[in-house]
Amino acid sequence: MALRKVLGTETEFGITVLNQPGFNPIVASSAVVNSYPGNASRIRWSFDEESPGRDLRGTEVRTAAVAEPDAGLVNTVLTNGARLYVDHAHPEYSSPECSDPRTAALYDKAGERVMVAAVGAAQKLLGQDERMVVHKNNSDGKGNSYGAHENYLISRLTPFGDIVRDLTPFFVTRQVFTGAGKVGAENGRPRVGFQLTQRADFFEEQVGLETTLKRPIINTRDEPHADASRYRRLHVIIGDANLSEVQTFLKLGTTALVLDAIEDGAFDRTIDITDPVHALWTVSHDPTLSVAFETGDGKRCTALDVQWRYFETVSRHARRIGVAPVWEDLIDEWEQVLADLERDPMETADRLDWTAKLRILEGYRRRDDLAWNHPKLRLLDLQYHDVDPNRSLYQRLVDRGAMRRLFDDAEVAAAVFDPPCDTRAFFRGSCVRRFPEALVAANWDSLIFDVGEESLKRVPMMEPLKGTSRHVAELLEASPDAAAMVRALGGNDG
Amino acid sequence: MAEKQRKQRSSDREGDTSDRVETEVAANSEEIAERIDDLLEEIDSVLEENAEEFVKNYVQKGGQ
Repeated sequence: MALRKVLGTETEFGITVLNQPGFNPIVASSAVVNSYPGNASRIRWSFDEESPGRDLRGTEVRTAAVAEPDAGLVNTVLTNGARLYVDHAHPEYSSPECSDPRTAALYDKAGERVMVAAVGAAQKLLGQDERMVVHKNNSDGKGNSYGAHENYLISRLTPFGDIVRDLTPFFVTRQVFTGAGKVGAENGRPRVGFQLTQRADFFEEQVGLETTLKRPIINTRDEPHADASRYRRLHVIIGDANLSEVQTFLKLGTTALVLDAIEDGAFDRTIDITDPVHALWTVSHDPTLSVAFETGDGKRCTALDVQWRYFETVSRHARRIGVAPVWEDLIDEWEQVLADLERDPMETADRLDWTAKLRILEGYRRRDDLAWNHPKLRLLDLQYHDVDPNRSLYQRLVDRGAMRRLFDDAEVAAAVFDPPCDTRAFFRGSCVRRFPEALVAANWDSLIFDVGEESLKRVPMMEPLKGTSRHVAELLEASPDAAAMVRALGGNDG
Repeated sequence: MAEKQRKQRSSDREGDTSDRVETEVAANSEEIAERIDDLLEEIDSVLEENAEEFVKNYVQKGGQ
């Protein structure tokens, strides 16, 4: 399989308004989305093609929870091809589709800048003493979690059982370099001072369709937002939201590489973890990375043992098929992080959120003699994730040169407005910019235009690797208005 | 090539730590401790004022 993996992220941000009696998170989230200054016009999100109840295992669940009566009203499509909206009681940013993990990490970071701009504008609607605070995190520390999902387009031909078998041990153990770190444990898990991830405590099944309770390690939602006869979209719900650019790159890139190896049948020996859910908690609760769990062959393995086995298989596979430089960089970064974690996890504090955060927390514990349950440590944990660059502790580390970056500010600023050029997000984002008046609705796989005729015109985009700059830049350039472009495309009545 | 580097790192880990390396590590950790104290002071200046209050009031609705 050629490594052009279509992938992207979706992040629900934590939100609160200080000093506001009767604070309502849905109202506040709506204010954030509706205030975003980057879009001149409001484009409706069309739910026609969405079916979050469809299951990758082949069945379909129809559930009332799918209906979001007002969601279409608080929903916008950005010029970079992303979607900004209210999901549950959180503002959410879904990145545009990207075709490599570096670009996907860039658009994930751009989402933070979008949120900063939107929150800044929403703040103006608040009273004098009220202050909106938005976090890119996944837990309130009181048993409530919200997601940072990853999406990977994979072939419909790959048996789903192969994915469950070969991806589960990877997800259990990738936490060592994907965790954002958390003070304490939740959801009935054993007490712990600090753990690697925000999310592990909330996972209770190996495989399932749920995303809000009894969360599964492998989520089976089958909603490809593309030609369903050719593709599945693997909806990954187990990750943490990361501030570190290197970490987002690692999380997305390693997962895409493992999926590619699974699709090509590269795993000859399966690593079988006896109790994956329990092992998931064990790994997250062990900052020393030394506690082992049982594998099916009766042996015991650490998370790093399992990761090295994945690394060997997957890097060999990548060498065999030949990969672009971005994937070679990813493989080097993966090897380096495993080696550094193995020597001393704190050596990764220049690139992983959990170790960077732990270093701050341990510093405070030493200086101020604080027990792990001290509220100041919980506050430090939260404020690490504040999207406001003046308050974010992550940003303090970046500004001091203590945290490695992959992107410079100009590159991130450009990604806030410009779409990636090598997926259909280019067409979507370009149309939002060029034809905001005529574009009446959009979703992942179609755009709907009002070109002044009796019926609306729908332009389907069922192939995520079409609608790229190479395919449509000339057409967009040559079209004076949406009507001309739709005519040239031969758009269907909507 | 990558494999070789990793083995190198693994043998470092397993022993033969020379005195020179130990001294470097000690000097380095003092430097790191100073840098961390400096970082904590900077964080003190931006940290939300009432930790207990902030943490108590921070309640999110569940999401996905």
